[in-house]
Amino acid sequence: MKSTLRIKTAAVALAVAGAFGAAPEAAAQSNEIFIPVLVYRTGAYAPNGIPWADGYVDYLKLVNAQGGVNGIKIAYEECETGYATDRGVECYERLKSKKPVAVNPLSTGITYALTDKVAGDKIVLFTTGYGRADSVDGSVFAWNFPLLGTYWSAADMLVQHVAKKGSLKGKKIALVYHDSPYGKEPIKLLEERAKMMGFQLLLLPVTHPGVEQKATWLQVRQQRPDYVFLWGWGVMNSTSIKEAIAVSYPRLQMFGVWWSSAEPDVEPAEMASKGYNGIALGHSDERDFPVHKDMIKTLYEKGQGTSKDKKEVGSVLYNRGMISAMLTIEAIKQAQSKFGKRVVTGEEVRWGAENLNLDAAKIKTLGFGDMVQPLKTSCSDHEGVRRGRIHTWDGKDWSYTSDWLEADMKILGPMIKTSAKAYATEKKIMQRDCSKEK
Amino acid sequence: MNAATTRNLTIAFFVLLAAGAVSPMAMGSTKFPQWLEVVLGGLMSGVLYSLVALGLVLIFKASGVFNFAQGAMVLFAALSLVRLMERMPLVVALALTIAIMVALAWLIERLVLRNLVNQEGIVLFMATLGIAYFLDGLGQTLWGSDIYTLHVGMPKEPKILLEGTFEGGILVSMEDVYAAVMAATLVAVLALFFQKTGTGRALRAVADDHQAAQSIGIPLNRIWVIVWSVAGLVALVAGVIWGSKLGVQFSLQLVALKALPVVILGGFTSIPGAIIGGLIIGLGEKISEVYLGPFLGGGIENWFAYVLALVFLLFRPEGLFGERHIDRV
Amino acid sequence: MIYRETGQFKTTYASDQQLFPILQDRIFVIGFLVFAFGIMPLIGTEYLFRAILVPFLILSLAAIGLNILVGYCGQVSLGTGAFMAIGAYSAYNLAVRIPDLNLIVIFLMAGVFATIVGALFGIPSLRIKGFYLAVATLAAQFFVDWLFARVKWFTNDSSSGNVSAPPLEIFGYGIDTPVERYIFVLSFVCVFALVARNLVRGAIGRSWMATRDMDVAAEVIGIRPMMAKLSAFAASSFIVGVAGALWAFVYLGSWEPLAFDVNRSFQLLFMVIIGGLGSILGSFLGAAFIVILPLMLNQLPGWLGIPLSTAMISHIEFMVFGALIVFFLIVEPRGLARLWAIGKEKLRLWPFPH
Repeated sequence: MKSTLRIKTAAVALAVAGAFGAAPEAAAQSNEIFIPVLVYRTGAYAPNGIPWADGYVDYLKLVNAQGGVNGIKIAYEECETGYATDRGVECYERLKSKKPVAVNPLSTGITYALTDKVAGDKIVLFTTGYGRADSVDGSVFAWNFPLLGTYWSAADMLVQHVAKKGSLKGKKIALVYHDSPYGKEPIKLLEERAKMMGFQLLLLPVTHPGVEQKATWLQVRQQRPDYVFLWGWGVMNSTSIKEAIAVSYPRLQMFGVWWSSAEPDVEPAEMASKGYNGIALGHSDERDFPVHKDMIKTLYEKGQGTSKDKKEVGSVLYNRGMISAMLTIEAIKQAQSKFGKRVVTGEEVRWGAENLNLDAAKIKTLGFGDMVQPLKTSCSDHEGVRRGRIHTWDGKDWSYTSDWLEADMKILGPMIKTSAKAYATEKKIMQRDCSKEK
Repeated sequence: MNAATTRNLTIAFFVLLAAGAVSPMAMGSTKFPQWLEVVLGGLMSGVLYSLVALGLVLIFKASGVFNFAQGAMVLFAALSLVRLMERMPLVVALALTIAIMVALAWLIERLVLRNLVNQEGIVLFMATLGIAYFLDGLGQTLWGSDIYTLHVGMPKEPKILLEGTFEGGILVSMEDVYAAVMAATLVAVLALFFQKTGTGRALRAVADDHQAAQSIGIPLNRIWVIVWSVAGLVALVAGVIWGSKLGVQFSLQLVALKALPVVILGGFTSIPGAIIGGLIIGLGEKISEVYLGPFLGGGIENWFAYVLALVFLLFRPEGLFGERHIDRV
Repeated sequence: MIYRETGQFKTTYASDQQLFPILQDRIFVIGFLVFAFGIMPLIGTEYLFRAILVPFLILSLAAIGLNILVGYCGQVSLGTGAFMAIGAYSAYNLAVRIPDLNLIVIFLMAGVFATIVGALFGIPSLRIKGFYLAVATLAAQFFVDWLFARVKWFTNDSSSGNVSAPPLEIFGYGIDTPVERYIFVLSFVCVFALVARNLVRGAIGRSWMATRDMDVAAEVIGIRPMMAKLSAFAASSFIVGVAGALWAFVYLGSWEPLAFDVNRSFQLLFMVIIGGLGSILGSFLGAAFIVILPLMLNQLPGWLGIPLSTAMISHIEFMVFGALIVFFLIVEPRGLARLWAIGKEKLRLWPFPH
């Protein structure tokens, strides 16, 4: 009896410790710029989350190893979100006390939740290749930067690409999408395009996390769409490709968004995924640019790399993580060029991000070759560039199979404006006048 | 509600179900080969649901535990196997995984069940949720969180049958056929084990009445270890089938949620119930999603299975073959 | 010595029936409230309010709601997330479609909608019992998830399916800072905890408990099972619905159906069982355990200066969390509230136990 009592006392003590154990936060040192790194290395989305996070962190390590940003070191801390919105918000709040300048949550759901918060906290929200499509409009979304491309851009480029193979009039395009804000984002544009070009749009939602797709693909088999656009993430992508194989849907007619065309998506189905296409966010699995060599030499040969396997360096999502970090760093540099080579604030970095101007030569000197298209941001355009190419999986590697595509701002522009305006009215946000911004 | 009404309602339910299943074809919205493909696809998924449900039923019968960790066990078994296979031949890896699952069963009995004897069902249920969390963490720590490809020689490309008879032929996924055969074999082996061996008889005795079984000298603790081991093996087979289809990955554990409507439809305590329930749910899900889904915006299969089970329970609260419960004051 | 009720005589019915019959309890509760309302806002950090206290309080409220159903009436439900979602989305629709409605009215109306749906999904409980019912309530969970993801009217035609709450304002006074949000949520929780506490000790609460202990026997002594069960579903859903609206408006600000998925239901059931079935206090303890423990486990290696990879920390968090649940169930299957009660018993005799 006595021993059980002791256990019970211990249990109470533990519970009490749990309830009151809030510990002090260590503040970042004042001569460093802090960047929180929201990642997911566990759970259903880990296979895709890990390479991105490794690329992001490795690039920050590389910058520090090369002396920091104009002599200022970057401090960072990882926080596991598990791709869950509430956990992501908690991470953001937890790391906020360290005075971060920018955050890149790699989740459209978390982006939506943080959009309301970043303006008040003065933290720049970079969403490279994801996030809200209407946040391109900087006059409303001053703190959001969906650099390199939004889902509307991606969908528009994909439609343009398949339209080149023959008129889409009377054709059928199926969108197999992750049933979340991420997957639903392109629908609006595709509907617009369907009206314009006369194709029929078939919407096939897949419930999170996307392992149950048999019925979806049975419908694909019955309806026989001319093209399937895949808007999945994590295990949903590889499952889609496997189910496509199981119903004999030709992989050549499948096109993934850039989050659905990386190695973890095609490798599980092995040779059978040969011929599967995706729109590349300006880059694919390039491995031999100076930045990769630097990465291997400075980090991996000294055993300081984040990834367990050196082979991951240069994979699609690793590259994307690296590019995301690079754009954040460049925004900081841009801020420093105006405000002085010191620890810059979130507001200053916001200015830097809004006045980014990376031309091809500059990107080359950074060691990224042609992995990033020249981009120029402004108050009215927070995206910077909206170009991509199709890449195709040949069973071992990705290779480019199309010319450059560019999203059509004639279609996107008005849609972005309307949507952003509606948001501004709903949230009672004063729109900035972009013509007055320098 | 007396027995006759219940029987009539049950028959009515199945007649309606069958009518619903055939109606898309009768109304001309689909052709026979396409409809048949959907039906086959549904039945194949159903077999897999049955397999997971079987693990649940086995444990519930023998120890009265609603084992939510079954899904986590599927994942853990599959992860262990796929990672061990990278280091050693298939047979050795398989033997080792089985050993791991048995050890796991023994540990669960020792550390958890033994300490929770005579607790309410819901407490035991919660404990298995705790076990599920633990296994999730442990599996990922030991074996990693990537997608791993499992090769057990299942064919990937589908076959097209009767192409001459119907336009486009009937597509049959050979992978599904293999899976169904494997599942059916397992069920047959289990049935033999339960009917013909001494241990099997002891298991059935425990399932019928714990106290009576104990009083004639059947050691309850050992029976629990055996039953959890068997559930572990069932999890392994389910893990191999699903894992080789989808890749071994964290989401495998969610198949447990698929098994829940199956067990309530079939009855918590019935092995034939798990099998038939699985087939009904698989079939209902796929047909509803393919033919009803487009009108409702898609994605309905998730709740459709549960609603189907719920409606059935309204007039048969103990499921298809569950033990009838008589309340006495 | 300190905690002793000797000399506290109950001379009127009123004093016998009061909420906390023991003087020390009253002092403790009042002291705690003074601390929570008066002192906490002065000493708390922004992180503490935004990321710990607000979610803790809202989930406690939801746990109280669920506890009425599971702990007091004995009907196991795995559809709590769905009822939270109904609260959240009805609050959103009310706020968007009737712009000038008072925020408190919106939250209460959200509760009313959840009540209606809750009572509807409670009807099967008249026939179905135990685990069968638990699984059947999952039908509500998955159906509601699907409904809000698919029917565009509920999300006001938002293209992404994500909706965000309008700015919080009550009587022209904005609720923006973390402290204001904390106080706002705390007030709601206190009022509802009081209401729940009184409900469960009244006639209706007794009919729930009789049904829980044995529904056939309860029926025999004249309790109408339909009334008891449906009223438990209704009361529970109301509180859960209000909690859902608070979760969406005050904590998340912007959400999608995934915020109320089946994991939320499991999380709440955990809270209720770990905290203690049939105890209002237990709901708070359980919520504290489930909300704070994972965050603690996640941050502990950092505080201790142990260098671990993010993935490793999460895995350990999972394992320790699972192990602790099993541990607590073994130590005290009746939950943390029971441990608290045992502690109080001991304190009565302290320092001279038998």
